[in-house]
Amino acid sequence: MNSVQQVAYGPAIRDGFAHLLRNHPSSYTIGQGLWSPWYVGNSMTNLDQEFGKERVIDTPVSEAACTSAALGSALCGRRPIVIHPRVDFFILAMDAVINQAAKWNHMFGGGIPVPVVFRAIINRGGEQGAQHSQSLASWFAHVPGLRVVMPSTPKDARELLVAASLGSDPVVYIDDRWCYERTEPLGPVEEWDIAEQGPAIRRRGTDVTIVSYSFCAYQCEQAGDRLAECGISAEVIDLRVINPLDLRLVFQSVARTGRLLCVDGDWAACGIASEVIAQCAMQGLIQSAPPRRMALPPAPAPTSRPLEAAYYLTVDDIVANAMALVGSSARVAQC
Amino acid sequence: MAVEMRHRDDLGTLSNPDEHRAPASLAGVSRDRARSMLRSMVLIRLCEERIADGVASGEIRCPCHLAIGQEAVAVGIAEHLRASDKCFGAHRSHAHYLALGGSVDRMMAEIHGKDTGCSRGMGGSMHLRDERIGLVGTVPIVGATIPMAVGAGLALKMDGGDGIAVAFFGDGATEEGAFHESMNLAASLPSPTVFVCEHNLFSSHLHISLRQPSSRVARYAEAHCVPHQTVDGNDLGAVLRASDEAVAHARTTRHPYFLEFVTYRWRGHVGHREDVDVGVRRKDDLHLWKRRDPIRRFADALVAEASLGSGELETITAEARTQVETAWEFAIRSPYPIGSELIGRVFAGGGAT
Repeated sequence: MNSVQQVAYGPAIRDGFAHLLRNHPSSYTIGQGLWSPWYVGNSMTNLDQEFGKERVIDTPVSEAACTSAALGSALCGRRPIVIHPRVDFFILAMDAVINQAAKWNHMFGGGIPVPVVFRAIINRGGEQGAQHSQSLASWFAHVPGLRVVMPSTPKDARELLVAASLGSDPVVYIDDRWCYERTEPLGPVEEWDIAEQGPAIRRRGTDVTIVSYSFCAYQCEQAGDRLAECGISAEVIDLRVINPLDLRLVFQSVARTGRLLCVDGDWAACGIASEVIAQCAMQGLIQSAPPRRMALPPAPAPTSRPLEAAYYLTVDDIVANAMALVGSSARVAQC
Repeated sequence: MAVEMRHRDDLGTLSNPDEHRAPASLAGVSRDRARSMLRSMVLIRLCEERIADGVASGEIRCPCHLAIGQEAVAVGIAEHLRASDKCFGAHRSHAHYLALGGSVDRMMAEIHGKDTGCSRGMGGSMHLRDERIGLVGTVPIVGATIPMAVGAGLALKMDGGDGIAVAFFGDGATEEGAFHESMNLAASLPSPTVFVCEHNLFSSHLHISLRQPSSRVARYAEAHCVPHQTVDGNDLGAVLRASDEAVAHARTTRHPYFLEFVTYRWRGHVGHREDVDVGVRRKDDLHLWKRRDPIRRFADALVAEASLGSGELETITAEARTQVETAWEFAIRSPYPIGSELIGRVFAGGGAT
């Protein structure tokens, strides 16, 4: 299969699972809803039929025990990927992630592989409300010892899953259902080293640096196109890996543009955007204008349709903020 | 009007310290194995007493939870295990580490925070690990390693051999949700896991009668259709027989088994003291439980069978004391981890990025 095909984000994740299950005998996946076509969208369709129910394990309603069990198996030679169809339910499994997986190598002296992936899905929108929509990305990014990846493209969705599972460290892999229809031409799976992954420039530009991750990075790329039509050259950086956070690319970019807009699909307080702005400020890079931070309002996700529309960031919002940041130049006035 | 909790002691004579003081029941144990197990229990006892002295003198600073009085459980289970089995412990796990064959030197160094420790000085008393003896890890988050053991059992099942996983925990852990999820998960997957509850009647300062409506925690195994036994944890012979059945069941059927061993700890929840526990003055039956000493009962049984001659227990004790003092000196002599290891051990490949 060397052909390049147009693949959507959801099926690209499935391709990543299929690659792991086909080529790596120690890989398996466990979580709620894996024998249903419904819980995880089109990201794991029929994996149980293709690879067997002993390696694609649907479970009792026990997030904590299943996640800890996966970790226990990872300490005994397996490469599990635990599935949490919604981030909100993943919260029930935090001991395994924060107290155990993140610390195991360090507190037992180092050199201990902990190859477990915790995959949690952001399932916002659709009037699902406060307990079906959370991102909580910054929670995980706060903790030393966890790698946290949040892909925005189909290729990253596939390759970062594979890399996460083939590495030696615990990885929180969070994908967003709003990305699932995004398509991209994909060749064969490449096996990357997760420890070498970091931010990527999605669009080059000179007027403003826009930093984001996950679905919002996709929105920022679209905003970049719109801004270009208005004569504003935006550089869009997708963080991809939010822990450990390597901001060298961002520093270089902001040093060129002098302007920073951070777009965060999570809440603002103590968040990823705040961290990026803080580190840029400490580098003395914020020169031309005060940086801007876009994030969710400080409220739980609503269900009612108009409130939901007001709650989430839009491409229009990003364009408007970038324009305001660049200032009232003649170019902006043309739009 | 205050409504008081109802509690029923369903452990029968097992929770009564006036009972079960006779010599341990030895049927079927070879002389060599019996003497080896006696040595193991004595070594654990002396090791922990030395640690207690170190805590009292301030030489040891990390929290130490001692299992003095509970030695028979760890030694009895370990007798049936292989280095390829996977064991998980909790906060009170010095005995598990030593019974499985862990190095006294490296444990003592670990408790001193030294680089020569079994966890390279990064864990202390509550984080013991030695892959070579099958101890995957011990942690103080109550109940945390129980589901991890279930997953280790799943991995061993996938490996296709007859390896089993073992979870050591106390009666307090049976109050955690993770314990109940684990029993159900182990029965459902299934996973060849032996659940070992060291039921010492106390969780920190609270007696079981203040925490659960029944004192018998094996009732939870019944609820999850897991075969189980409740036995005297201070009778090494009884521990051996029950754990033989449990381990064989997990090895052959690849299903879980639950063991409840009723025992008693002679020191407080944490630290060296017998009279005060987490700030609360102990008003319990310690003096009575000391007459149910698992080491004395086992030694008495060996003497009765003429497997232990006069003065031999003293010799075993003297040898163990030398081993403990050698380990203590090794720990004192050993270097601390170097400062760069603080960041250097965040990820498995080294470093924090």
